[in-house]
Amino acid sequence: MTSRDTATSAVEPPFEALPEVRDDMTHQLRATWVVTRRELLRFKQDKARMVTMLLQPLLFIFVMGTGLGSIVDTGGNTSFETFLFPGVLATSVLFTAAFAGISLVWDREFGFLREMMVAPISRASIIWGKCLGGAIVATGQSLVLLALLGTVGLPYSPLLLLQLIGCLFLGALLLTALGVLLSTRIKTIQAAMPISQLLIMPMMFLSGSLFPVSGLPDWLAVLTRVNPLTYVVQPMRHFSLEHLSLTAAEQERLVPVLTWFGWEVPVGVQLLTVAVITLGLVSLAAKVFKTTE
Amino acid sequence: MSNTVRGPAIEVAGLTKTYTSGDTVVRAVRGIDLHVEAGQIYGFLGPNGAGKSTTIEMLCTIRNPDGGTARVAGFDVVRQRDRVRRRIGLVFQQQTLDLQLTAEQNLRFHADLYGLSRADAERRIDEVLTMVDLADRRSDVVLKFSGGMKRRLEIARGLVHSPQVLFLDEPTIGLDPQTRAAIWDYLHDLRRRTGITVFVTTHYMDEAEHCDRIAIMDHGEVVVEDTPEALKSSIGTDRIALRTDDDELAITRVGERLGVEAGMHEGQVTLAVADGAQVVPRLFTELGVHIRSVTVTRPSLDDVFMTYTGRTIRDSEAPQGSGFPFAGRR
Repeated sequence: MTSRDTATSAVEPPFEALPEVRDDMTHQLRATWVVTRRELLRFKQDKARMVTMLLQPLLFIFVMGTGLGSIVDTGGNTSFETFLFPGVLATSVLFTAAFAGISLVWDREFGFLREMMVAPISRASIIWGKCLGGAIVATGQSLVLLALLGTVGLPYSPLLLLQLIGCLFLGALLLTALGVLLSTRIKTIQAAMPISQLLIMPMMFLSGSLFPVSGLPDWLAVLTRVNPLTYVVQPMRHFSLEHLSLTAAEQERLVPVLTWFGWEVPVGVQLLTVAVITLGLVSLAAKVFKTTE
Repeated sequence: MSNTVRGPAIEVAGLTKTYTSGDTVVRAVRGIDLHVEAGQIYGFLGPNGAGKSTTIEMLCTIRNPDGGTARVAGFDVVRQRDRVRRRIGLVFQQQTLDLQLTAEQNLRFHADLYGLSRADAERRIDEVLTMVDLADRRSDVVLKFSGGMKRRLEIARGLVHSPQVLFLDEPTIGLDPQTRAAIWDYLHDLRRRTGITVFVTTHYMDEAEHCDRIAIMDHGEVVVEDTPEALKSSIGTDRIALRTDDDELAITRVGERLGVEAGMHEGQVTLAVADGAQVVPRLFTELGVHIRSVTVTRPSLDDVFMTYTGRTIRDSEAPQGSGFPFAGRR
């Protein structure tokens, strides 16, 4: 064998037998997790976003809470900040989660969406991955705020922490799903920002995060009850204030009973409502995404 | 290698795609046939709006055809979509990297999407990064990369899952000549070592010379398909360019005495003849105009393109990169 022959015989086998892509649930779940993990990686890489997203809730609690606290009568010794805290927690995931959702528009604009679209995975797993990833990131960010529980007079009870984290995750998933759904229709960054703001602000104000949902004029009462975020804020406030011994007057003012046509809605049903709406939004987003991309 | 099908890498028959928006019906692809042997570098050329992109998108399973069939790596692009996807690598004209992630993270994401095991992923990522000379930059965020590095990384990513067919849509657009040459070196090396099939579109006629075969598409149809050499000989005309003391007179005399129409092109009197070498002596004896220089050019792929589409590729497609190089003249 000549040296030239040796050189040409050193070719690699034409193609490797790498695993076939299976078209089953396990593969789709795996693909979903791959997309989810990218969201987490991106967030870890983006230190500035971590810090800036924390500033707003702090402003709400300490500046607005303390400022308004002097003129708000809670009906007892409970401070306005204590009342405000669960609402602000929910608000903090509202923003981060919605922005995580509309990051799909960025993915499209910067081309990365295409990399996912041509991979042997289903469109639904892209949507689920975006939603789960965004929700985990948003929840994770709010965890830092939980460290402030003590400063507003709430206990660091493991049960309360668990309940709040659960609610935050559910709320985050709801908002991410909403953001993703928007992104399936809105194709430009210029449009996505104002439209999401237009949606986020009313959702924040009409959720009872900043004021109690009782004793509102009818039109406002109706709007708060059709706002899914209300059913995240109310349970969070319920779980938080449960740990304090409130007077009857405080109970009525701060944690009013939420009713649908006169029926008192239990906290469990409220959370279930959010879960159902969230599932609906993700499915809708996946469906729209499948037909339009 | 049980999942490897040898045989044609791409087999297309009667493929059509029509777009309808309101009253306008655009027949983007009008029943084309293509046959690409495994292991070839296959060039796919044509003016903008010829239907190239739509064809590639159908071959890559991004778009469904209206009619006809296409098999890539042995599988049907509609009915066996994921099997095709598993076997093709794609590099798009528009970059599709996640700029916030590192080179390695981009490749790992890709490996995960394509279902590679951890060990396979590690090994392939090392291999492809070495191949495109980016091994030492693997932990750098892609945002810091130059255009050429991003493009090399995208080619590497397209290869992570060991595809049988690599689709490259304008892989060298906007890159400097050195980088373009380097990318073609990678492609040749890759084909030699792995026998991969490369399906490539390009604006650059000199790059089309790298291809084993070329198809030219226009108005939704494949107008011609052959090897670059055969295409050039098929035109059968040489181009003669002259610098003279009196260009106008030269043009008139060429018409009168040689019976050939000449014109001004890039500041020179230009004419097309069947055999340039035989015509040159007659120019000196019969024109009666002082000739300062003569150039005879064999047909280039630019001329081929011109002949079959009626346009030069430079006229038909606005370059996105800077400075269009001249076609590969012989």
